[in-house]
Amino acid sequence: MDKKDSKSILEKMGESQVWKSIIRSGVPRTRRQRMHAILGSVFLHLHPARLPKHAVKVGYTWCMGGLSFFLFVNLTITGILLMFYYRPTVEYAFTDIIDLAEQVPLGIMRELHRWAAHAMVLIVWLHMVRVFMTGSYKPPREFNWSVGVLLMTLTLLLSFTGYLLPWDQLAIWAVTVGSNMARATPFLGHEGPGAALLAIGDINLVHVGSDVRFGLLGGRFVGEATLLRFYVLHCIAIPFIAMIFMAVHFWRIRKDGGISGPL
Amino acid sequence: MSETKTPDAPRAAVGSTNKDNDNSIERRSFFSWLAIGWFGFAAATGGFFTVMIRFLFPNVLFEPPQSFKIGFPEEFSPNSVDIRFKKEFNAWIVRDDESIFALSTVCTHLGCTPNWLTTDNKFKCPCHGSGFRMTGINFEGPAPRPLERFKIGISDDGQILVDKTKSYKWEKGEWENKDSFLKV
Repeated sequence: MDKKDSKSILEKMGESQVWKSIIRSGVPRTRRQRMHAILGSVFLHLHPARLPKHAVKVGYTWCMGGLSFFLFVNLTITGILLMFYYRPTVEYAFTDIIDLAEQVPLGIMRELHRWAAHAMVLIVWLHMVRVFMTGSYKPPREFNWSVGVLLMTLTLLLSFTGYLLPWDQLAIWAVTVGSNMARATPFLGHEGPGAALLAIGDINLVHVGSDVRFGLLGGRFVGEATLLRFYVLHCIAIPFIAMIFMAVHFWRIRKDGGISGPL
Repeated sequence: MSETKTPDAPRAAVGSTNKDNDNSIERRSFFSWLAIGWFGFAAATGGFFTVMIRFLFPNVLFEPPQSFKIGFPEEFSPNSVDIRFKKEFNAWIVRDDESIFALSTVCTHLGCTPNWLTTDNKFKCPCHGSGFRMTGINFEGPAPRPLERFKIGISDDGQILVDKTKSYKWEKGEWENKDSFLKV
């Protein structure tokens, strides 16, 4: 028997052109090769190539960051599936939600999306609590803390925009109340401080039909335009921005010296 | 890279004072062009974002008009609240002993829509329980101020015209304004 034939299937696979073209290195054997394999993959390189022992202690991290990301992936998958049936119009939105629960196979899909959304808000907050309590926001991690605050805001905005989509009484009035806060934005909201200063003679530049709330709702009240706007923000715009910041967030964990350790 | 070996090659001549070479750029003109370039870039970027934000503000709204005719004054019976214009125009037409006025249906607490309860003779908000008298004055619940009134007047054909672009607040003493009610 030739020596070459005695290689294991794994080794043969590791030397094949298909493997090498995708993974870029053979089967990693040494520490250096393993490190290289991690760094050579766009998905794995965001994650630390080596983990300190304390980083896997659940008692320290609570695994809250990982769970937040897990829930985001979960919400992306269930969300895409829901988009195949949901139509963001006044005529269909409410009945499509009923339809998703009662007619569409796996009627639990919308509930999975809803519960994962609630859980994500909770877990992002708990992640923040953990980072705060362990002092992990301190230099050199203060920039990543700021990115985390942005991600938390985006999570809340995702939650708020998704709230409107079922188009029931709770949704409409909750978003009416929530978006009324934008009326009081300084200068940009028509009831906010300084808005009255932005006038030419008797003509107010910032009024109910031109202020920041109007731009958000696409009208003077929560209506058809608002539903479409919130749908686009919920499904495309905010997840897109969140993904960019998430990439920065994970990458900076590595660059700031890995996960913080117990003092 | 010496000049003698490649005499005709255009040089990366930032700051060069070599006047013999046509391709050379004067230091001063380089900075001028750089400034123009950056201003152009900043203007283009600023314009781009301005246009994107402007895009979010539609020119035509598919909403009910802001001013509308509601009929003749004698069609409204004394001491009653007319709820016919609530759904489409978000306004109640109230007639008391001496005047007719248009009340906004937006609760002054958080912006929900109260209901007119004929038996209790009050407006009651379902969200947090604010209550308003027929006049629009708040008397219970978290609402901090009375309901607002819209501009009201008589149009050319004798019908009542309500204009929602102008509203009058009680706490500013604006209910004294002649446009805020109709004498009957």
